[in-house]
Amino acid sequence: MATVRLEFTPEPAHVRTARLVGVAVARRAGVPDDQLDEVRLAIGEACARAVARHQRVGLRDVVSVAFSDGDRYVVQVWDHADDEEQITVDVSASLLQAIVKDLQVRPLEGGPGTEVQMAWPVRRASRLGR
Amino acid sequence: MELSLATRVVAAHTVLEVGGEVDVYTAPKLRERIGELLESGVTAVVVDLARVDFMDSTGLGVLVGAQRRARTAGATFGVVCSRESLLKIFRITALDQVLPLYPSVDAATAS
Repeated sequence: MATVRLEFTPEPAHVRTARLVGVAVARRAGVPDDQLDEVRLAIGEACARAVARHQRVGLRDVVSVAFSDGDRYVVQVWDHADDEEQITVDVSASLLQAIVKDLQVRPLEGGPGTEVQMAWPVRRASRLGR
Repeated sequence: MELSLATRVVAAHTVLEVGGEVDVYTAPKLRERIGELLESGVTAVVVDLARVDFMDSTGLGVLVGAQRRARTAGATFGVVCSRESLLKIFRITALDQVLPLYPSVDAATAS
């Protein structure tokens, strides 16, 4: 399994970079082309959420993202904000829940913050053909 | 591609042509431009998303807010969108039931 990691200061301008990297890794991992728009949107929503959580509490620590290419394409987004607001009621959450079938949001074990994990199936033929 | 904004007048409607990506970084510029139009006394605003490659929930929020501001200002408001990838997020969020969506500028300005 190959992993690409990205860290960025919590600024909206960097969310686009995360989207671009995430789609590039997804394509290489073998995520079908017709799912790439959803991958792009989901990564953007998850990263924007992390940035917003850091900004709400004035936290300048980096947001971390990992893109992992294995039996599935897995994206994990970690924020470190001690923010009570949950991912349940806003439009962003509605979008994420609708477009990502394999979605998990959980608190970080080692301290404040949350992890958003999303996964998509990959095409075996594409992976073997790399 | 980052956000591009241009205005033109069609059949007494001010059409704001949006291009590029509307996301958490660029959406504030769109919000500001629509606000400027409404404050300048425009009475009919059409936001044309034909050249938008990508839009996230922040962009959706700007459109909903713009509709509210237009109503308060006594202006009409419409959104032109025919791209399936964008229409899908309007449907997912049920905003296709809230925002006046049109398939073309002609349809929006004829309403």
